[in-house]
Amino acid sequence: MQLYLPIADLPVNVFLVLAMGAAVGFVSGMFGIGGGFLMTPLLIFIGITPAVAVASVASHIAASSFSGALTYWRRRAIDPALASVLLCGGVTGTALGVWTFTQLRALGQLDLMIALSYVVLLTTVGSLMFSEGLRALMRTRRGAVPPRRTHNWIHGLPLKMRFKRSKIYLSVIPVVIIGIVIGFIGAVMGIGGGFILVPIMIYILRVPTSTVVGTSMVLTLVTMLFATMLHAVTNHLVDAVLALILMVGGVTGAQFGARAGQKIRGEQLRLLLGLLILSVGVRFAVELVIRPEDLFTIRELGVSG
Amino acid sequence: MRALAAALFFLLLGGSARAERLIVSVSNHRVTVTPNYSGEELVLFGSVEKDAATPADRTAYDLVVTVMGPRADMVTRRKERTFGIWINTDYRQFLQVPSYLALFANRPFDRITSPEIARRQQIGLNNVLLTQRVGGDYADVVPNDAFRSAFIRLRTQRGLYREDASAVTFLTPTLFRTGIPLPAEVPIGTYEVEIKLFANGAFIGKTETAFEIVKVGFEQFVANTARQNGLVYGLVTAAMALMTGWMASIVFRKD
Repeated sequence: MQLYLPIADLPVNVFLVLAMGAAVGFVSGMFGIGGGFLMTPLLIFIGITPAVAVASVASHIAASSFSGALTYWRRRAIDPALASVLLCGGVTGTALGVWTFTQLRALGQLDLMIALSYVVLLTTVGSLMFSEGLRALMRTRRGAVPPRRTHNWIHGLPLKMRFKRSKIYLSVIPVVIIGIVIGFIGAVMGIGGGFILVPIMIYILRVPTSTVVGTSMVLTLVTMLFATMLHAVTNHLVDAVLALILMVGGVTGAQFGARAGQKIRGEQLRLLLGLLILSVGVRFAVELVIRPEDLFTIRELGVSG
Repeated sequence: MRALAAALFFLLLGGSARAERLIVSVSNHRVTVTPNYSGEELVLFGSVEKDAATPADRTAYDLVVTVMGPRADMVTRRKERTFGIWINTDYRQFLQVPSYLALFANRPFDRITSPEIARRQQIGLNNVLLTQRVGGDYADVVPNDAFRSAFIRLRTQRGLYREDASAVTFLTPTLFRTGIPLPAEVPIGTYEVEIKLFANGAFIGKTETAFEIVKVGFEQFVANTARQNGLVYGLVTAAMALMTGWMASIVFRKD
């Protein structure tokens, strides 16, 4: 069944988009991530312009992280204090991100920047995750104990605050900075940032695993809602019809993904996720290097009269 | 405004005796594009009316029909290999060019008239005026300019620019028809149709008509809201996201 997307300005097959939403939702439920880093490239792949893809995926991620956050809230697995400090940074970062997005679009370099940031971010995070997962897998094979966690320089910073539910005592400076960074790249790249935020919170901030996913989802939820609003007001690029189809597919797929995820061991899960992220990054890199089919592109600057 | 100017123009011209009159009509003056619209074809009918002033030896006519969609500014960008990757480097801005452009004739343009008249009357895609901003200047460039030809090629690929030198058919020596194909992604707005009449290589007159393309339905409503009420649109989308997320957590709740 063909449906015309009003903002993306092209007809798509509803079932194809629904299936894409479900597939990405499955992966996101399995790994406990938003899945924006998969969704945005897939949309670009079926012919939606990167700008519309990034803006529309923001609302899709908001929906899936809200359903996740509600579940974690009921289990009391969200640290409200930590979430609010992260949000201070997150909202600032998102505003900066949308502003940068608008500037790059005017310069004609938005598509390039989206592709470049995907390459850099995904190959880095992917290889780190993959190698870490591999090492963890080797350790369990050999039966060795994982290295004990120690405090690092982050814990020497001033402006310390007590986060009760996470049971940590931590400076607010790195928390706010992380919020800004995640908000910024989320708005520019159309990703929730959960797949970067969760490892950062575990390895750098030493947030316990009991509250990490829930709290990161709150940040994703608010920054993505904010990004949707800003993209809608400044760039008029949010395709609500596309977003709705993605959401419905996504939240359904996520439920089945979450069940599948429980059957796989943690290290294997990280190994798989690392591989997945890495391959998306490599795909973008290849695209940049090979000669494009057409060297020329046209963009309309709005019809007048 | 433009119609008024055209009317004045014709009034001024009215003084000179005109041998032929062109009478035309399009099959539909208002095309509505619904969500499942997949392109259609309008038909333009017309006839050449002779009067007493018409030279007796004038029997064979040639016609060129130009259809122009709403005008817009467009940017054409060129990618070049820089540091091993393909980057948009150079660009040209096309000012107020038609978003849809079709040129139809009853036989090849170069056989209808001389190159000079073809250029003056903008006959053929190579002769249509496409104003570019080159630095601080506004000018059209030579037809084989890389940006100009890429622009026309890309628009042609999307079915938005076309020329067809056999689309106009004469049913009788004075009665003619032509189809105006409108692709699925046709821009909405007012379309101007210009019909130019030639005989023995000389331009002897023209007439104009117009039609309108409007989109209707839910999709158009969404697109309009997004452009005109960005804030409301954003709020509704955000609320929709929250509703979907909340419903999912209710439906799939494991208790």
